[in-house]
Amino acid sequence: MLEGLLIGLQTALSLQNLLMVIGGCLIGTFIGMLPGLGPMSIIAIMIPVAISIGDPSAALILLAGVYYGAIFGGSTSSILLNAPGVAGTVASSFDGYPMAKQGKAGKALTIAAIASFAGGSIGALLLMVFAPALSSVALLFHSAEYFALMVVGLSAIAAFAGTGQVAKALIMTILGLIMATVGEGALFNLPRFTMGIMDLQSGFGFVTLAMAMFALPEALFLVLKPKTAQAEQDGEIKDLRITKAEAKAIAPVIGRQSFQGFFIGVLPGAGATIASFLGYAVERNIATKEEQEEFGKGSIKGLAAPETANNAACTGSFVPLLTLGIPGSGTTAILLGALIALNVTPGPRLMIDEPQIFWAVIMSMFIGNLVLLILNLPLIPYIAKVLSIPRNYLIPFILFFTLMGAYIGQNNATELLLLVGFGVCATALRFADYPLAPLLIGFILGGMLEDNFARSMQLYDGVGFIWERPMTLGLLVIAGLLVVLPSYRARRARLRAEGVADGD
Amino acid sequence: MALDRWIALILVGICLAYGYAAWFTMDGGLAPFMKRNPIWPSTFPKVLSVIGLLLSLVILLGLEKSELKVAEIDYRRLGEYKLGQALMLLALMVAYALCLRPMGFIFSTGAFLILGSFILGERKWLVMVSVSLIATLIVWYLVQQVLGIYLRPLPGFIGG
Repeated sequence: MLEGLLIGLQTALSLQNLLMVIGGCLIGTFIGMLPGLGPMSIIAIMIPVAISIGDPSAALILLAGVYYGAIFGGSTSSILLNAPGVAGTVASSFDGYPMAKQGKAGKALTIAAIASFAGGSIGALLLMVFAPALSSVALLFHSAEYFALMVVGLSAIAAFAGTGQVAKALIMTILGLIMATVGEGALFNLPRFTMGIMDLQSGFGFVTLAMAMFALPEALFLVLKPKTAQAEQDGEIKDLRITKAEAKAIAPVIGRQSFQGFFIGVLPGAGATIASFLGYAVERNIATKEEQEEFGKGSIKGLAAPETANNAACTGSFVPLLTLGIPGSGTTAILLGALIALNVTPGPRLMIDEPQIFWAVIMSMFIGNLVLLILNLPLIPYIAKVLSIPRNYLIPFILFFTLMGAYIGQNNATELLLLVGFGVCATALRFADYPLAPLLIGFILGGMLEDNFARSMQLYDGVGFIWERPMTLGLLVIAGLLVVLPSYRARRARLRAEGVADGD
Repeated sequence: MALDRWIALILVGICLAYGYAAWFTMDGGLAPFMKRNPIWPSTFPKVLSVIGLLLSLVILLGLEKSELKVAEIDYRRLGEYKLGQALMLLALMVAYALCLRPMGFIFSTGAFLILGSFILGERKWLVMVSVSLIATLIVWYLVQQVLGIYLRPLPGFIGG
């Protein structure tokens, strides 16, 4: 491990990669601050840039920096404007915004930055411990287990994404898998479902789909319903200091939430949003009576908890990506797509075949967190000026960048029409409360899922692998339970609510 | 019928069409030696079409009860939002897609950015034109020179 650390440090500290981290964090903060643009959209927009760098470590470092920056930027707009740019920072606005209204915006930002730094760094430490262990287990996996594991991942994402409406999340996953079968598969070298259209031969572009699912609907939502939070803020942010007593109060919160957030982040489908809400709720419940009164009115603990948890969870979500090659969230799914485009296949072999990538990413997490703390924090008053860009200019530029991203990826104007078409469909799906992340994750995992399924079918000459390999069977049973349990529990709760007696 | 069930109806259609293609049109052209394979190119799509059909029927028939949350934007009152602007911007994006190759990058992008802010209600022409042109040139320079991706800068008839 020490050797790996040194390799990682060496890679991450090269001038180019340091610039990547710093640049990524700045860009991420900058765009993440804009209300309505989440980390998924930002990373999707940055992918063409990352891919054209060519060096996978540098690209991944850049994207990871953007990811952190986006989360940090999101908390800045939550605190200053009560307009969270990212779902994961909604909980930060509960106490951050009241603090800003009391004139303590600078203090709130400092607490957010320190909490994020601690959450991210402790998360990265945990990642260093758990990822190698998990990937040595994963090396024992066979393609049948991989197939089963992906099914587990997809069903977990569906089960978590659609609270109370698992069917909707599942059908989105299936739709993603269906879209992944369009084009020429690696296994058969036969074009499938292209309807004779040449442009579909290579399948749908992943960047196009990512933009259409996230960036475009968000921009359209901004057009449809202008957020009116602007202009409440007078632009003066001062007094960034916190007192010793305050530091003492938030230290245990940060410690607890780093661990809790990390482990929630590791679970597929849970991610930063759930971690931050849960962190807020837990800290509120265990606080003393007087402190509980404070929550929601500008409690520093109430700000530190979600901030720590969401950063730790972001780090945690890298565990399944780096060790199993299975993304647990929409953002890591986009990262996976970028890695595959760069000819890197994340998974248990990554640590053996290309240790420099794995360790460089981990090292860059530390550096990224440090950059956010010492570079971004003093710059915040200036970066916050981006919030005063009038939307008349902002929205055309966002739309232009989505178009550019889709075009650069494929160099094909048909891709732009697909982008608009899918974007309209995605907006309609959002209106009807269909979750979109499962679709993209299904799309990205589709190819691998089918390949592993096909390989196991060929080895066992049929579907025998399902019952001949106990681990596969076990994983598939878990996947089934994940899907069935939420609807079963919802049903029981409803029956009970209606006064109908049930068995137990 | 609520929007989510209309969408489920469309999804049923998609799954049926996809399933038809998978079950009835794909296996005919398969080479004889591939037919001895336990897995065919159509195997996985067949499975997907069946699961997809079942799931979309579950939503269509409302078998899974869920309280309807009002999303960030209530589609039933779509008229109250700035729908016109959104539709015009979408049309502008389509126009951009069609113009990018024949008209060249600089003209199309400049026009896109200017018209985009115009649709959103901006009327300061001087600011609009200068911001758009500067941004267009910067992006063109970055993409073409730094990233090395060819973008035709000028309309074809000028020889760009």
